[in-house]
Amino acid sequence: MNLWLTLAVNSIALGGLLFLLSAGFSLIFGLMRIPNLMHGSFFMLGAYFGVTFLDRGMNFWLAAIASGFAMALIGAMVERFFLKRLSGQELPQVLLTLGFSFIIADLCLLIWTGDPWQPTTPAHLRGAVQAAGMFFPIYRLVIVGVAVVIAIALWLMVDWTRLGAMIRAGVDDAPIARMVGIKVSQLFTLIFALGAALAAFGGVMGAPYLSVYPGLDAEMLPLALIVVILGGTGSLLGALVGSFLIGFLYNFGQALFPDLAYVILFLPMVLVLVLRPQGLFGKVVP
Amino acid sequence: MATSALCLNNIDAFYGDSHILQKVSFALQEGHLLGLLGRNGAGKSTCMNVTVGLLPARAGEVLVFGQDVTAYPPERIASCGVALVPQGRRIFKSLTVRENLVVAARKPGNDGKSAWSVETVFEMFPRLRERRSQLAAHLSGGEQQMLAIGRALMNNPRVLLMDEPSEGLAPQIVLEVMSTIRKLKASGLSIVLVEQSPTLVFEIADDIVILNSGEVAFSGAARDIRPDDPRVVQYLGVF
Repeated sequence: MNLWLTLAVNSIALGGLLFLLSAGFSLIFGLMRIPNLMHGSFFMLGAYFGVTFLDRGMNFWLAAIASGFAMALIGAMVERFFLKRLSGQELPQVLLTLGFSFIIADLCLLIWTGDPWQPTTPAHLRGAVQAAGMFFPIYRLVIVGVAVVIAIALWLMVDWTRLGAMIRAGVDDAPIARMVGIKVSQLFTLIFALGAALAAFGGVMGAPYLSVYPGLDAEMLPLALIVVILGGTGSLLGALVGSFLIGFLYNFGQALFPDLAYVILFLPMVLVLVLRPQGLFGKVVP
Repeated sequence: MATSALCLNNIDAFYGDSHILQKVSFALQEGHLLGLLGRNGAGKSTCMNVTVGLLPARAGEVLVFGQDVTAYPPERIASCGVALVPQGRRIFKSLTVRENLVVAARKPGNDGKSAWSVETVFEMFPRLRERRSQLAAHLSGGEQQMLAIGRALMNNPRVLLMDEPSEGLAPQIVLEVMSTIRKLKASGLSIVLVEQSPTLVFEIADDIVILNSGEVAFSGAARDIRPDDPRVVQYLGVF
């Protein structure tokens, strides 16, 4: 397989993982206005949970889902017991989530040591499919497929269900939403838990590819930030497009201009912030 | 004595340090329409916000069919069958017309008298049916008011509070809104109608309460007081 194709396949696979990571970040930031700086920690902790389950012989998909559920529970508790008290106060929210991310990083180091864990790619995802005379690794294609399916499911939920409308009503005018009987506080906990679960699920999905190691959290968080700034907060389509964009910039940048990899990654973000602060797909908040 | 649909007893309420309501008491009988009048800043909206739980009462109690709801959060008061058409309408602008109704739906209580649904609200306001898929932000003022009323009805309320539903509307639309209120009253709903202008209210109210600087200045049957009563002129002073 030639270099360009390999890079492209890696780029869309990373894009898929980034979407799982940043969709939750985007929803939490866009809907609840919480800058959740522990989102990278959700990804890493979820991945550690996943590799532990895999180590015990659990099925890959089951491990990813179980890790998602565990993280949903942790996310819900963080939101309920800590962030809820800081509603509307962005600086304390930043400090709290940042503090939690340090705590989680240290706990992970304690439990899973400093050595990287890299589970083998599950047997049914190994190998490659041949199309148009080229080989595409199944595992990477599956990551993209899962990301797209989840993107569609999230979009359907937020835009086309009563639950989604209730969430949007709560964002629009929280006091009035409560007055008409919507349990806004519980809905927000649900969103936060969902975002945490998606990040954890992405962490497990990516483990055979990225491996899990101390510092993974700090590596993923800026990527989520760039994706969401590029795509626009609260916009799922923006998160999807932003994820694939960053997937390509990351892989091609590192391969072609390794010295400038971070310039290539962050320059578009700076340009978007200057020229179109609401992001490519964000709406202007009046 | 029969239980009132809604009863405020000696309510005290504050915004920050300013004392807005001082020992406000009034009762709405079941099936009645109570007109709550007063100048701008007299505390009418504050009464409504206290009733639905958006503003905590510092003292006093709010009873809904005898049930003490004073300390309940807003969503729980809504589930007791209290709905508010808020001042300024406050519809959910980023939702479609239909979504605005759907999110407020609540199954009716076991009194089973009224059962509002999206369909019956559309029957009452055909304009909303035409615009069901549009964003609420794109509606005209009158349509927004209809939507705010429809949204409140989706709660299948036993007590309906309407805070200045005629505010900012063209006279023709005001007439439509008033005729809607008449229909709702005829259906047996207990209603509190807040207005600044007494002329609209005196025609349809059973009872009148006039607030002045956060205190009840008059409370009685509508037939005992006329729009040209000196007290009305004194406290509302719009003639």
